[in-house]
Amino acid sequence: MEKNTKKTNAKALLLRLSVVLLLSVSLLSSLAWSKTLKLAYDADPISLDPHEQLSGGILQYSHMVFDPLLRWTQDLKFEARLAERWQRIDPLTMRFYLRRDVTFHSGNPMTAKDVKWTFNRLKESPDFKGIFVNFEDLKIIDDYTIDLKTKARYPLVLHTATYIFPMDSKFYSGKDSQGRDKGMVAKEANTYASRNASGTGPFTITARQQGVKVVFTRFSGYWDKASKGNVSEVILTPIAENSTRVAALLSGDVDFIAPVPPTDLAKLRKNRKLSLVELAGTRIITFQLNQNRKNEFKDKRVRQAIVYAVNNKAIVSKIMKGFASVAAQQSPPGYLGHNSNLEPRFNLNKAKALMKEAGYAEGFSVTMMAPNNRYVNDEKIAEAVASMLAKINIKVSLKTVPKAQYWPAFDKREADIMMIGWHSDTEDSANFTEFLLMTPDKETGYGQYNSGNYSNPKVDELVLRSSTIVDEAERKKVLQEVETLLFNDAAFIPLHWQNLAWASKRNVMIKPILNVQNFPYIGDLVIK
Amino acid sequence: MEIGSFILRRFGQAVVVMLIISLIGFFIQDSLGDPVRQLVGDSVSTAEQEILREKLGLNDSFVVQYTRFIKNAVQGDLGNSYFFKEPVVSVILQHLPATLELTLAASFLVIFISFPLGILAAVFPFHPLMRLVMTLSAIGISIPVFLTAIFLIYIFPVNLGLFYSFGRGEVVDLDVGFIWQTSFLSIDGFLHIILPATALSSIMLPLFIRLVRSEMREVLEQEYIRFAYARGINKWRILFSHALKNAMLPILSVGGVQFATMISYTILTESVFQWPGMGFMFLEAVNRSDIPLIVSYIIFVGLIFVTTNTLVDMLYTFVNPNVKLKDQ
Repeated sequence: MEKNTKKTNAKALLLRLSVVLLLSVSLLSSLAWSKTLKLAYDADPISLDPHEQLSGGILQYSHMVFDPLLRWTQDLKFEARLAERWQRIDPLTMRFYLRRDVTFHSGNPMTAKDVKWTFNRLKESPDFKGIFVNFEDLKIIDDYTIDLKTKARYPLVLHTATYIFPMDSKFYSGKDSQGRDKGMVAKEANTYASRNASGTGPFTITARQQGVKVVFTRFSGYWDKASKGNVSEVILTPIAENSTRVAALLSGDVDFIAPVPPTDLAKLRKNRKLSLVELAGTRIITFQLNQNRKNEFKDKRVRQAIVYAVNNKAIVSKIMKGFASVAAQQSPPGYLGHNSNLEPRFNLNKAKALMKEAGYAEGFSVTMMAPNNRYVNDEKIAEAVASMLAKINIKVSLKTVPKAQYWPAFDKREADIMMIGWHSDTEDSANFTEFLLMTPDKETGYGQYNSGNYSNPKVDELVLRSSTIVDEAERKKVLQEVETLLFNDAAFIPLHWQNLAWASKRNVMIKPILNVQNFPYIGDLVIK
Repeated sequence: MEIGSFILRRFGQAVVVMLIISLIGFFIQDSLGDPVRQLVGDSVSTAEQEILREKLGLNDSFVVQYTRFIKNAVQGDLGNSYFFKEPVVSVILQHLPATLELTLAASFLVIFISFPLGILAAVFPFHPLMRLVMTLSAIGISIPVFLTAIFLIYIFPVNLGLFYSFGRGEVVDLDVGFIWQTSFLSIDGFLHIILPATALSSIMLPLFIRLVRSEMREVLEQEYIRFAYARGINKWRILFSHALKNAMLPILSVGGVQFATMISYTILTESVFQWPGMGFMFLEAVNRSDIPLIVSYIIFVGLIFVTTNTLVDMLYTFVNPNVKLKDQ
């Protein structure tokens, strides 16, 4: 009896030993290829629902957990993702052929039905419906073919398709524990989709504590076998404080940070253990001159004088420390409407002459408002512009407020001169003018951010026409003409396009996965 | 009996204080910014924004909004955070442990450093070492806490590779009716709390060294201390048992208030160290105009102040039975 127990004990011990051995072997082998990326952004995604908010943070998240039909490359070209190829079949229709080997995280296969479901949801989402307003319908041709139909000829079909991240229609159908539709999009409610996700992307979410961290794990059934990406786990921590984020990278607590504050660029550039990537961004920073509040601004010469008085080159070199590109128009280089003939025009004598010509040699007083935590160095830029205007006898009383209070003030047009920065959601020139400088119209929504009340029927007409021209060369001409008209009218004060910067440890190869949209394609990231 | 009615009266006062705070909170909400603008993307139409504003009840008049708030508050519902999409009470409870533990760790440092140093400085006021301590404490009191925090980060994690620059690291979940995440039950968590706690203590530490020292010096000059010496009582016994006990009263009253103040100082420390506590949560809530969370946080901090003051008053009676509990 006793002997027997001993024997079983020995057996059990042997068994246990071999299990331990096996476990440690498998652990070791998994260590050999498993790479964890510790990532620190300034904020974590506000929701797991890709349609809840049209914001950089949500789109960055979408590229990790979902995949778009197609996506942008670093040189602003389109790259096939869930759509293998596409072709225009008539002036109003673009046909997309979907990949056949794609499964969602839930295990459901991705088909045209899911794309259709996602498209309908986008058209309902308060944030995204604006982008899809020109689309009539999405038609299912067969399980892996869809037709995107526009209401009129529309040049930005592919641009818009980068916003279609197919969602798992089966996963999001049915009722949640509170009896609400699982597919519901809402900001104010604790929806199912804001807590649960099933996409086709390289990562699934395995843990999330809002404001503390999100853990992403590589999806074993990911369709893109050609991707060289070797990150098996991503731990995203939000670090809001700029200097702490940089310190976390310097101390090795994280591997990859964004954004990099301009004050630390010089230091990081010199650091040999780190790599820093800077790209010329596409967000334009401007001031608008309110013609409704200030009669003087109705005079084109006064507006021109102000543009001539603002030394935006100096702002870029002194305040932005070179971390921006001087602008004379809205469209950055690479955009269709970018007109390389338009040059920054600082000239104080000319500015003074124009003021005199307009009969304001003595100058006048204005109010100015700018946010102090929205754009890079926004407050300092506003202060600099105010002192530059003093040189042509325009006395500025400046007020800067946090962004939470700035937007309500901006909507009420509370000052004569207001700062506004804009990034085009479509990566297209027309978007700038549609929001910033077309004649404000409550019905159509055009000119929603035109606090200057600038209005030029010719500009309106050209921009509207541009959205129906499919021929690229012709469209380019129209959009460039818009920039020229705005330039001559001094419709706004152009400052610069903010640059973008990311930094990582040397062995984290971030350069190939970055782009000016600021959507790092983490799925393709290689760690050496 | 006496204590019971005292607590009851204090409780009544607390309710009044919190009502006033909530009224002020609601009154200033318009100048806190527009939550709708924080919830939508830049390009969302004004019409869509208006629909959301209506849904959130932000178009109602001040009176209607406040009445609705009070009605729900009586039932224990302080509303939902716009950002976290959860009841604010549970959001605050999730962030409370991090802040309390940080404050506790800082208080620990303050007590264990300031008492010995303060007493020594009182006993040997002219010793060069003690003079150095006093000078350093004068400097320490005038450096803002976020600067201390950034210095600490650059000295330890960045240059020496010691401790961590942000966050709580590995926390252990304890179930105390809600999930309490503690830093104290794992080595990693403990190493993470050291720097933030040091930074936070840096404001209170100099103050307490000076306080302990001046109170002790005052007591040490009293007649009964000299008598005690004359009777040949052990010097350390005199210091700790006779002198310190009498010096404790003012230290306690200042200390209680300072503990509560420290919770509000955590805003700076927590935002530098990305410490997921209430202070950081509050700062972010202000940035996002998350009004229900802002108002509830202020009410909650008010509650902490009232509670600590009440506790301190009660402690008085234990330290010095001559003190009577009464409200003026």
